[in-house]
Amino acid sequence: MDDIGSVVSLKNVKKAFGNNVVLSGIDLEVRKGEVVVICGRSGSGKSTLLRCIDQLETIDSGQIRAAGHLMGFKEVKGKLLPLHDSAIARQQRDIGMVFQNFNLFPHISVLENIMLAPARILKRKRSEVKQEAVALLERVGLPDKQNAYPRQLSGGQQQRIAIARALAMKPKLMLFDEPTSALDPEMISEVLDVMVDLSKAGMTMIVVTHEMGFARAAADRVILMHDAKIVEDGAPGDFFERPKSEHTRLFLSKILQH
Amino acid sequence: MSWSWPYFFDYMINGLMLRGVWVTIWLSIISMILGLGLGIIAALMKMYGNRIARYIAEFYIWLFRGTPILIQLVIIYTGLPQLGIRFNVVESCILGLALNEGAYLAEIIRAGIMSVDKGQEDASRAVGMNWRERMWLVILPQATRTIIPPLGNQFNGMLKTTSLCSVISMQELMRSAQMIAQIQFRVLEAYCIAALWYLLLVSIWGLIQARIEAHYEKPFGAEEAISSVEN
Repeated sequence: MDDIGSVVSLKNVKKAFGNNVVLSGIDLEVRKGEVVVICGRSGSGKSTLLRCIDQLETIDSGQIRAAGHLMGFKEVKGKLLPLHDSAIARQQRDIGMVFQNFNLFPHISVLENIMLAPARILKRKRSEVKQEAVALLERVGLPDKQNAYPRQLSGGQQQRIAIARALAMKPKLMLFDEPTSALDPEMISEVLDVMVDLSKAGMTMIVVTHEMGFARAAADRVILMHDAKIVEDGAPGDFFERPKSEHTRLFLSKILQH
Repeated sequence: MSWSWPYFFDYMINGLMLRGVWVTIWLSIISMILGLGLGIIAALMKMYGNRIARYIAEFYIWLFRGTPILIQLVIIYTGLPQLGIRFNVVESCILGLALNEGAYLAEIIRAGIMSVDKGQEDASRAVGMNWRERMWLVILPQATRTIIPPLGNQFNGMLKTTSLCSVISMQELMRSAQMIAQIQFRVLEAYCIAALWYLLLVSIWGLIQARIEAHYEKPFGAEEAISSVEN
């Protein structure tokens, strides 16, 4: 890794779906413990960027280093060879991801959702994993929901469980893909509170969101994506008060006018 | 010769008949389990395999769904020996029934897998599961919920389809009835008893199936969802 402090390092990452270019040469560095908020219009490539970092999408060219891995590839004598499914899965264990639609496993209980990967994938001792899962439920404020099924929970509760499920793998990096966009307004803050706590605990986070309150309160940097490119990247103060890009001014005027 | 109740009741608990019932039960269960294995393999090959695997799976499904089970049984038992491939009666029945069942189940399983939300694949990848783990821990368990009702229907059919094995002299329920009918030529009584036994087996299976369905529906139960929304 070029920079020892970087948890995420993107170099000239390109991605297109057919003729539709979604990422046109993205460079991005995220240091350990940093919280980076990415915003932008829908279709600007921000969700795809997260999905590429976590290898849910493959990139067309460029390089992604995340959580200490060269994502999706291995370097053999200076050449990059694509990894197979199981090796990619091992890389993904060090990165947690939270989705807009929660995507909890509906057929098993809340506790089993959190325990599934550490117990069945890492094959760790069940009693130990269970203890940690209970502690995680405590941490996201849902200690009494162990035996509930996801279906029985509100959206805000489900999203907090999804965060706990991701944390159970002890990731070095957490990615949030519009974590509050599918929630009723009164449930947004309970999820953001958990995320703020997480950032205070020193977690490295990349958050795609339109919650500008969260960006002001918790972000170290705010990024604006426009037409598959990063057009603004700065501290929240600069981003909101002294944006450099015309796109940022336009974006802010649109989301702040009501 | 008119209807005879004494013969009717006698045939009901006739040793030969009961043996036939038992053979029908285990033949159905073994064939179904093997068919399920074949069906899962064929469905996964068709959905996730390379081009050759896909072609093999599609050819298998096409062949065994496109020809009568009776012909398949007869070919396996009486045709293949011509090529030096010999199976005994029991092997032939299990092989024929399982191959035929697998072809139907493959399509049912494929539909079940496709019914699982795409987000589940993302979520299971994101926690670091490889393909095998995603399938066995997340996708197939959820597909099961969709698969169970048609699967139960298939097993209902299987219980009755085994009667075709009588043609290649398998001594299951149908064959037992034939043999009993030939002793005193009480044909009607013998076949009515066989029919009753099939009805009974299918009815018992219906009860079992309802319990299995309830088990897989439990995580998705509507009433519990309503009761706990407040907290």
